[in-house]
Amino acid sequence: MTNSIKLHVNGHEHEIEVALNTPLLYVLRNQLQLNGPKFGCGLQQCGACMVLKDGESVPSCRLPVSAVSKSKIRTLEGLADINGSLHKVQQAFIDEQAAQCGYCLNGMIVAAVALLEKNDKPSDDEIRKKLALNICRCGIHSRVIKAVKKAASN
Amino acid sequence: MKATRRNFIKQIGYVSIGFSMVGTVGLANGGFMPIDKTGSLLGTPDKDQINAWLQILENGKVKVLTGKIELGQGIRIAVAQMAAEELNTDLDLIEVNIAETGVTPDEGFTAGSSSIVSSAMAVRNAAASAREIILKIASKKWGMAISQLQLKNGKVLGPEREMSLYELLDGEQIEKTIAKATEYKGKTIRKYVGRPIPRKDIEAMVRGQEVFVQDLRFPGMVHARVVRPPSYTAKLVTINEAELERSPHLLKLVRKGSFLGVLAEDEYQAIRLMEKAKQLAKWNAPERLPGNINVKEYLKTLPADIETHEEKGDSDTSLKQSKKQLSASFFKPYLMHAANGPSCAVALFKEGELYVWTHSQGVYPLRRTLAKLVKMPEDAVHLKAVPGSGCFGQNGANDAATEAALMAIEYPGRHVRLQWTREDEHGWEPYGTAMIVELKAGLDENGEIDGWKCAIWSDGHSNRPNGNPNTLLPAQFLEEGYGHPGIGYRGGAVRNAIPYYDIPNLKVETHIFQGPLRASSLRGLGTYTNVFAIESFMDELARMSNTDPIEFRIRHSNDERSIACMKKLQEKLVGISIRGGEGLGLAFSRYKNNASYCAMAAHVSVDKITGSVQVKKMWSVVDAGETINPDGLKNQMEGGMIQSASWALKEEVRFDAQHITTLNWNSYPIFRFPDTPEVEVEVIDRVDEPPMGAGEAAQGPATAAIVNAIFDATGVRIRELPVNKELIKQAKT
Repeated sequence: MTNSIKLHVNGHEHEIEVALNTPLLYVLRNQLQLNGPKFGCGLQQCGACMVLKDGESVPSCRLPVSAVSKSKIRTLEGLADINGSLHKVQQAFIDEQAAQCGYCLNGMIVAAVALLEKNDKPSDDEIRKKLALNICRCGIHSRVIKAVKKAASN
Repeated sequence: MKATRRNFIKQIGYVSIGFSMVGTVGLANGGFMPIDKTGSLLGTPDKDQINAWLQILENGKVKVLTGKIELGQGIRIAVAQMAAEELNTDLDLIEVNIAETGVTPDEGFTAGSSSIVSSAMAVRNAAASAREIILKIASKKWGMAISQLQLKNGKVLGPEREMSLYELLDGEQIEKTIAKATEYKGKTIRKYVGRPIPRKDIEAMVRGQEVFVQDLRFPGMVHARVVRPPSYTAKLVTINEAELERSPHLLKLVRKGSFLGVLAEDEYQAIRLMEKAKQLAKWNAPERLPGNINVKEYLKTLPADIETHEEKGDSDTSLKQSKKQLSASFFKPYLMHAANGPSCAVALFKEGELYVWTHSQGVYPLRRTLAKLVKMPEDAVHLKAVPGSGCFGQNGANDAATEAALMAIEYPGRHVRLQWTREDEHGWEPYGTAMIVELKAGLDENGEIDGWKCAIWSDGHSNRPNGNPNTLLPAQFLEEGYGHPGIGYRGGAVRNAIPYYDIPNLKVETHIFQGPLRASSLRGLGTYTNVFAIESFMDELARMSNTDPIEFRIRHSNDERSIACMKKLQEKLVGISIRGGEGLGLAFSRYKNNASYCAMAAHVSVDKITGSVQVKKMWSVVDAGETINPDGLKNQMEGGMIQSASWALKEEVRFDAQHITTLNWNSYPIFRFPDTPEVEVEVIDRVDEPPMGAGEAAQGPATAAIVNAIFDATGVRIRELPVNKELIKQAKT
């Protein structure tokens, strides 16, 4: 059984017909056709599905869509400005070539944006701690730390 | 006459430069695969022809075709650099088409660090050959000497005239295959090759564009989930279909023997239906795994096929007569690929043809195998590689593609998207096999190694799709009874088993068993365990002969390139300060004994109260011959170092009598940010040498350097992985 629900995503309000217990991740990917948030585990263990919920980076894979109707959701797609200019964290990931397969990048970037909004000069250890939920199998960790520090300095 | 696709097809076998009328094929247009049987009409492009690798497009661009898939190793940028250099063409004018049946050459599997060696080199040859042919045509057409002409950005330039390659070749037939070029610009000019050119796909990734197979969406696409059995050998007894069909969301329950899958319009409903079906299914699942055992002891009890792999001199006599002897046994557990993004595929069955979008490492071998499984002619099965999450060997990609195909055939006319769950990937992928390596060595009166014996216990290391459907997971659950795929490729176990050192008397023996778990290729195959064992052992032997560990290795090396790597590493370590509770360890290997050279150092800090080990920093020096993209090479090395450290310190697949029990990131932890070291890679670029892949070069030496560093810090010799904290807590120093 589906219901109509309002969602604020990337500055727009969407009205969506969906079962209210559907996790936000599936609504973002399927109803709103966003690619940023990725399915990684469905267990809130890996961070691939992270989004910014009222500025906090949170996994979206088990978050019922009904619980976020009053929140402002920002995804990877909502980080660049309307002219397409990249957020400084996105740009720093390109500059540092901080990717191999890139599947984890959504969560890494979202968590880094949340970090820099609270702490504009994070240390290596603060970055490691903030990104601790984000799994990367390719081993790009040291590039990500460089990218986050570079973004912080810009 | 303008070359059309029709006469291009007619002339296959002769035409060396083709004109693609299809234009861009890429994810930018939704992983577009022309559903007009074009692929099967074309057949498999002939690798000896230029147009198999390179096509001049009407829009002035050059399309490079590679039979490899992009999996984060950077093959797209590497092949683009190769073509750009030979054709003197801006990288923005080069498009890359990754593996696709009927479109790209059949390059087997994207595996074994071979993307550069095979694909990038083929593109270089094709492009250099094309350049020489094009210049000859222009020279003839304009009546000018070749020396007056040059190629630039998709045009031929002559004195006061220029023409696009597309125009120049209009109507021309060049009946030549790839010839050895007289010059490779990549070896001399190096405007693109040898430079850290950034990958273009990272911008698409950070913008959240459609990049991965998981991102594909097609009109009318439905969502699928597989209902997993409780064990490898389980048989479905019954399922209450009527109860499941009460759900209005169920489009179809696919039941083929003991293979079960559900289809729904909505992805979350497919997940709910899968969960419900799991409750409704009754299985006969006898406990067939050896639960609650010491895996190392158990593996030695299995029947094994014993072979002597290498014998040189008389190692038995040498060991008997040696002044000092050492023997030790090393163990590596089952490890999983543990891709960050679980496997996924989209399949469509329409008008008797099957289309599959997959992150498989081998679209052609998978097509051969899948076609047999679904009993369809190969030319009615079309596979397109679309990037997936980094897999580091054979993960669930082929299985997910096969399962999606099985379900699509049962639900024709609509695209079926199958997303594996985390539990599917952790619990059902083919693991890297557990291995035991036993070493014995003897030192002579000069403290040099005179005799060496090695005995290896291992499963086969590769059970990739090989034409027999039993290499595909769902085949185990179909009624046909395809049987167990067996041991598979035996050669993986002995990879790097022979030390890359001068040792006069040597014997290597293998004991190949069929282990309890599903196993196939994991990054480096047997190299990881062999190098972990050899390089730990070298550290011990160096200490026994009171020699510096690098000097000891250099004394046993006669390859200047090995020595250069080790000396460069020595330079990097000058001035490193090691405090109490810390240690520094070293290792070296040459991957496959014929590919990239890698010297490695690790700096660890050990907490003797908790037994935990923190890798603070790792350094490596790599010689991969001619470097195509130094940043790509460094990225592969850095990733290998961190992944290897994770394997060494954290990872072990566990199981009980029924099935795998390490089914998520809590029960199968891998390195997270707080665990990861700083990593530094130095590249020795050798332009005159052939390029070699380096994706697997770091795995063995990185773990060996870490365990040697733990010994340096604690006096505890780690011979079984993952590192056991209890052993470190018992350290006396």
